[in-house]
Order: sequence, then C-alpha cells, then structure tokens
Amino acid sequence: MQPTDVTNPRYYHKVVDCQWGCPAHTNVPEYIRLIAQGRYTESYLLNRASNVFPGILGRTCDRPCEPACRRTRVDGKPVAICRLKRVAADLRDDVSDFLPKVPERKNGKRIALVGAGPASLTVANDLMPLGYECVVFEKLDRPGGLMRTNIPAFRLPASVLDEEVAMIIDMGVDLRLATPVTSMRALLAEDYDAVFVGSGAPKGKELDVPGRWDAKRIHIGIEWLESVHFEHVTSIGERVLIIGVGNTAMDCCRSSRRLGGRDIKVMARRSRKYFKASPWELDDALEEGVEIVENHAPRRFVVENGRLVGMEFERLAWSEKDGKQRSEVIDTVTIPCDDVILAIGQENAFPWIERDIGIAFDDAGMPVVDRVTMQCSRPGVFFGGDAAWGPENIIWAVEHGHQAAISIHNYCQGLPITDRPSYGMNLVSAKVGMHAWRYSNDYSPAPRAAMTHVELTQRFQKLNVEVELGFTAEQTAHEVERCLNCDIQTHFTAPLCIECDACVDVCPVNCLTITTDGPEEDLRTRLSAPALNRTQEIYVSAALPQTQRVMVKDEDVCLHCGLCAERCPTAAWDMREFTVLIPYAGKPASYELRTANPIPSGLSSQLAVRSSQPL
Amino acid sequence: MTSIPKPSVRHPGLPRNALGLTTRDYEGGMSTLCAGCGHDSITAAIIQAVWELDLPPHRAAKLSGIGCSSKTTAYFMRQSHGFNAVHGRMPAVASGVHAANRELVCIGVSGDGDSLSIGLGQLCHAIRRNINLLYVLENNGVYGLTKGQFSASADVGSKSKRGEPNVQPPIDPVLLAITLGATFVARGFSGDKKQLVPILKAGLAHRGFALVDVISPCVTFNDHEASTKSYRFTRGHRHELAPVDFIPLTHEIAAATVPGDPVSVTMHDGSVVRFRSVGEDYDPTDRDAAYAHIRRLQAQGEVVTGLLYIDERAPDMHGVNGTIEEPLTRVPYASLCPGNAALQKLQEEYR
Repeated sequence: MQPTDVTNPRYYHKVVDCQWGCPAHTNVPEYIRLIAQGRYTESYLLNRASNVFPGILGRTCDRPCEPACRRTRVDGKPVAICRLKRVAADLRDDVSDFLPKVPERKNGKRIALVGAGPASLTVANDLMPLGYECVVFEKLDRPGGLMRTNIPAFRLPASVLDEEVAMIIDMGVDLRLATPVTSMRALLAEDYDAVFVGSGAPKGKELDVPGRWDAKRIHIGIEWLESVHFEHVTSIGERVLIIGVGNTAMDCCRSSRRLGGRDIKVMARRSRKYFKASPWELDDALEEGVEIVENHAPRRFVVENGRLVGMEFERLAWSEKDGKQRSEVIDTVTIPCDDVILAIGQENAFPWIERDIGIAFDDAGMPVVDRVTMQCSRPGVFFGGDAAWGPENIIWAVEHGHQAAISIHNYCQGLPITDRPSYGMNLVSAKVGMHAWRYSNDYSPAPRAAMTHVELTQRFQKLNVEVELGFTAEQTAHEVERCLNCDIQTHFTAPLCIECDACVDVCPVNCLTITTDGPEEDLRTRLSAPALNRTQEIYVSAALPQTQRVMVKDEDVCLHCGLCAERCPTAAWDMREFTVLIPYAGKPASYELRTANPIPSGLSSQLAVRSSQPL
Repeated sequence: MTSIPKPSVRHPGLPRNALGLTTRDYEGGMSTLCAGCGHDSITAAIIQAVWELDLPPHRAAKLSGIGCSSKTTAYFMRQSHGFNAVHGRMPAVASGVHAANRELVCIGVSGDGDSLSIGLGQLCHAIRRNINLLYVLENNGVYGLTKGQFSASADVGSKSKRGEPNVQPPIDPVLLAITLGATFVARGFSGDKKQLVPILKAGLAHRGFALVDVISPCVTFNDHEASTKSYRFTRGHRHELAPVDFIPLTHEIAAATVPGDPVSVTMHDGSVVRFRSVGEDYDPTDRDAAYAHIRRLQAQGEVVTGLLYIDERAPDMHGVNGTIEEPLTRVPYASLCPGNAALQKLQEEYR
C-alpha cells in the first residue's frame, strides 16, 4: 500500500469522526475540552465560527455528529455532543465584544437574501464583516424562519432564538419583515449584486385520499405548527392522529399534548426501524404518553355529517424479497379521532420565481443548483438551505450559507466561483512534559449522561415550558471526560522506529500492527484485530528502518489514550493536536501556531506540520 | 512506564479462545518498566501463548526472582498463582511448587543477572532435576536496575553506554543448558513474536525443564551502536536455525510424515512440534550435533535462535522419583505424613 499522506488535511480530519460528520465541520473535541476547562465563552465562540447558532443547535440539531462519534463504536453510546454545546451556550458570558466586526465603510456591494432563516442569516453573518450590505426579505413579521415557526417553544425558547438571530441582524442587516418577495423578476431588476434564496421548503405535503376535502380539522403539520406558534390555534380535540413519523410529526404530537390532546396516536406505515424521526425525539414523545402505531397505511378519512369522526387504515405486513420491502394488506381498521395532522413531508414551492428568467428547474419543480458553488443556472443567483434540494436541517442550511457566501464573495470580486479556497491544518505536539499531555488522555468508562426533563405534570401547563433542563455541573464534568479527543492524533515518524513492539503490546484496542506491506485488502485481514470497518481508514507508514516492514494503524476504535506515545522509547509515536483550518468568505484558512508550551526552535519543524490542500 | 494503566475497554472484535477468554483477560498489572523494554514484549508473547493454549489462568503458577525481568510476572495473568522469590532462588521455589502440585503449569521468568550470576547454581540444579517448568530467561546483557553494569551474558567487546568494552567472556545459557542435559533449549528475540510464541507454547507443552533464552534489549542502557544486545545488532546478526510451528492436540494433524518432510516431535500430551526447516547438518534431537552446530555459528558472530534442542523422552522430576500421579496437595495429610509410629517403624528397618 502507498504510505498514508498525513500532510493532506483530509486524512486526520476524517479521523475526527464528529467533525467529519458535521456538515459545518464544527471542531467538537476542542470545544468539549474548553467546556471541561470551564472556558464556556471560548467554547461558544469556537462553535459559532462554524455553526453560527450554538444555542439553537445545542437544543435542536439533528446531530449527525453523534451517530458518527467513535465512542459509539467503543461502548455503544456517543458523547452527548449536542447537549454539551448547549452547556457552552447557557453558561457563556456576554460575547458581543468577540463577534465579527463590521466595517464602517462598506464595499459597495448589495446582496438580496430571500427568507430570514438559518441559511440566509449565515450568508449575512459571513458577508457583513466584509463590508457587504445585506437586505433580508421575510414574509413573516419575525426573523428565524422554520427555526421559529416549526420548532415548538418547549424545545427552543424564544429568548435563545432571538438572541442568536439578533447577533447577526445587529451587524446592520437591512431586515425587511412582512415583506414577501412575490416576483424574482422584479427582485432581479433591482440594484443587487447577487441574490441568495434561502426561503426554505415551506409547503407541507398533502394526503389526497377519500374524504380529505370533506371535513375541517384535517391539518397540514408545518402550517399547523406555525399557527400554534402565532397563537392562531390554541386548542385541539382530545383524540388526535398524526400521519407520518418524521421529526415534524414529533413536534406535532407533543404540541397536541399541550393543547388538550389526550389520546394521541402517531400513525406509521412501516416499523420502527424505518422511522425518519431521530430516536431521541421518538423517546421524548413516548415519555409524554404519545402512542406510536406501526404498519398502518392511511386509506380514507371517515366523515359523518360533514364532521371528521375517524380514519380508516390498512394494516400492513412487510416482507423482504430481493432486497426490496413489500407490503401485504392484512385487514382494515378504523380509528376514531377528532383531529388529524398530516406530517408526511415538505416540499419546495417557488411560485414567485418566473420560469423564463434563466433559472432552470428540473422535472420535480426544483431549481438546478450546483452542489459546490450553490449557484443556480443564472449567474449571481444562489440557493441554500431547504430551498436548494428540499428539506434537510439547520446545520446543513448553515453550511450551505457558508459555501454560498464564499461564492457570492468571489462573484462580487469578479473571481470564478469555482475557485474554492483550500483547507489547511495545524498539527502541533500535545506533549507538555514527561507523560503529560495537554488533554485528559485517560479513558473514562462513565455511561452517557441522561438529560433531565421537567416533570410531566409541569410541562403541559404552558406551551413554552422548556422540557430539557440542560446538564448539571456534575453531568457536564462526566460527559466531557467521555470524549476520546479524536483530534489529538497518533502521529508516527517512521525513521525513528526501532520496532520494539512496545506500542503494539500496550494498545488497549489492538489498533497497531507491524507487518510486511501488502495491498489494503490483504493488510486489513492480517492486523492485530482484523480491520473490518471499511468506513474507517487504515494508516500505513513508510518502510521501517530495521526490517523494512510497515507500521499499520486501524483508526476504527482508537481511544486516543496516548499509550503508544507514552510507551514509545524514541518518540516515533507522538500525540499531536490536529486542527483543520476551514476557509470562510474573505477569510482563507490561515496557519497559526497554537501550543500550550513554547517549542524549541530546532524541534518546531518536527513537531508542527503545515499544510494547505483542498479536502 | 505509562502514566495511566491500560484502559479496560477492548476491541469489540477481539477473538476468544476455547475458554471464552480474550488476550485482554490474560493481562496483569500496569508495567513499570522503561518505555520500549524488550521484557514487555516478552510479556505480550507469553500472554499470546497461554491464550492460544486455552490455559485456565487459575491453573498456572508464575515464579520469579529479582530484577527487571522478574517484575514482569506481575504484568500477565493476574488471576494466577505467583511467587516472587529471593534473588536467584526462583528455581528452588519452582521445584517446591512442582513437587507439591504437579498439575500446575509453572512459568518462571528470570533475567541474565538472576540466572547467570547470583542464581547460576540454582539454574544448573533445576536443569539437572528436570522440573516441569517453562524457564524464560530475559537476557539483555546488563544490570538495568543498578544502572547498566555488564552482566555475565555480556559479549566480549560489547561496549557499555559510556564506551567501556566488556573484557570477560560470557556465560551462554543455551550452551550451558545443553551441556547440563536440559531437555528443551531454545533462544528467541523479544522483537520477533512470530518466532517466540510457538517456542513458548512448545516449552509449556514440554514435560520437563524448558529453557527459553530471549534476547531482550535494554532500551535505557544497552540499545546503543556498540552493543551486541541491541535491537539493531540482534536483527542484523540473527540466525534462525530451526523455525518451528506448534500444533496443539486439538488440531487435526493432516498426514503422517513422509521422507523429505521437516522433523516433527510429538510431545507427551500429543501435540506436535514441527520444524519447518532444518539445515542439512542440523538435528535438533541430537545433543552433540546441536552443541557443535551452535558453537560453529557463534564463532562466526551469529546470534543463533530457534528451538535448538529437544528431548521428549527424558523423565521429569516426578518421573525420576517415581512420585504418584496425584498432586501431593490433594493427598490427605494422614497419608502424606503417617506419623511417629510409621517413622519409628521405618527407622527400625535400617537398624
């Protein structure tokens, strides 16, 4: 195998599973260490640099980082990354002095942003400090987009949302509330240098089965949540059926519970394995007494005298044939109800974009948007968030915003938008003394901290009682220690190795092997423990000096405990803190030496690797 | 040593042996030896060997004397019996253990100081008695615990860390053992577990005294350029004389030996030691030939390794003494010590 090139930021970046899994590449291990040190403000700011809304995301993120977390592969449960983010947001001091500064003198470029949701706000956040003028058009009378209207207040308090949205608006964004854009042609005719569309996927899917139009009290999930938010809806019948099991369905059933629903059933076509809702949201709904009914496909609404009285379902039996799931109808059942909420998905709708202005749409009615540049077929018009490719989540919207901001900046500077700035990396020894590291390297066997919830009796009294109480100081202290510090890399310097086997012997999880070189497929089978997880890389060194064999490391379950480095007599293994340097609009990934102790000048070249390459 | 003990968490795919145990279950306490010490690798090789043999940890006794090497019995099989004896006196204690309970698997770990200086007489008599003991001699050529003076196994001309050459001739434990009539003599290298593990397994299966001399570089005092016990020197001058495979009884032995096949020796428990290749003029079952061959290679400056001599027919201590099959620890006290009347009767016979 070719020796692994660790000077390409991609290799070590991928080892940091959470950061690799995060669409916005939040530096999770570093912010967890900052929390461990009680440096909440710094932790918050580190978060904000990449994900912009730490307080909001610390409560509502879809957490792609957590299933990716190495700890899952080690002891079954990921670190509670998301809720630790909330700890930093809750306990931080005032950060207004540390927010990006906006120049007095503008650069003369004006950007129109459609929709005041996370995608548009991120674009404004990145462009305002560069001197752009940003004009945000919002159809509702408050900013925040779906973060405000679709996430119930018992999950995300309005104060948290208001504060983080204000951090961006207060940079001097020209926010035009209650100003829907009704014509893209008209908008383009105005004097803007670029247009960003972050208008979300605001249309709930219909369920056109018999009876749908014969009665009231059949609601579309996201529209209903919006009405609840604006207090246009303040009650619901006792018996409620929710159709669909995505996260919107969870918000609908839990909101129903607070508006008077007593017998609430979430109706699913398939079995739990296939539910779209995040497992923790399902658990929270179950805790509140919501019933989840599997394998029921809606057939028709039962309407008597113009009044909805129930819904008829087909009970399905699923079987697998040739890798395809097939269903068979067992019988039909009618479930009585007072209200039905349809939460079977969302669609994009762009009735306000004329089809003859150079913006191409595909057969499904979606704009054709470039995956990298976020630009549509008309130069200068960019899409992001749910508006680009349909419903995703907040953290994806943020990343789209960052990328669109880079493109808009290039576009306005007259540079090709395909010129993407490269990623960089810092790699600095974490050694601060004899067997002392600048991170807590011992493995903590503590189980994942469980979030404490408000008592059931209290939480239904008002619609805006936040259910999750956040971690206590003790829970936080334990949870931060569960982090394996995957960004503290095991860095190997082959010419120093004397092949004493010390690292191989001491590794608690059999990651290391010294063996003869071979093709990857073959190497993976002859390691100390077979490297069966193909999603994880194996590291292969250059030939070792004494026997010409190679050092192989399977990254899969490495604890980053540093024992290989502690046992190494020649410092061929070293623990090095890796930071992937992420470029943002107008801010190239710059090399900066960050270390806890001064490095002797002779050693600096050996201890720090500087690199700058595209990922 | 490391700043923290090895975390108890293990690789989820770690294989289990016939007892349902992983290699992690055969580990012991945290090593306090220097980082990179060969002894720690030998510990890992012992763990691998006993795991592969499905040895129940509570049926083993670990015995050692004094020295860096003798500390290592604490670093494997934490569930086993153990005795850390006086300097150089481990063979006496091992003789006692073997005499009292012949069913225990005895693993002795010693060093070149413990075995070839203060304990040389003990070693010789343990060989002579042929006690059933795997005797691992972790040989680094220096006294590490007392800051690196030459030991009795240091080669002439090998230099200390400060540049002093050694002038006294070494005692070679392998040649010594062959002359004294040892029934299993091998030499390994801590940096090559592929070779060492089968040797250790064969040594454990051998009924009688199994001497395994293991070159185990001292990274702190004897791993420099002018040392003849360094990783680099050993790798450069190693001559693997008789590589072996160890085939335990539980594995089916495919075919009977045919002419031209490598030499195979069947152990008393039915397992087989199979020599993968032996030189034309080398017979690992011929004591005189083995001795002469090793001497010849040594004269050329080679470090001879492999399973060098094996004699599976010789009786062990219990065989020589005609002891009963049952371990003496299980014989009721009244039978073991029949009392004054029986003693008087015995003495009467000699009057």
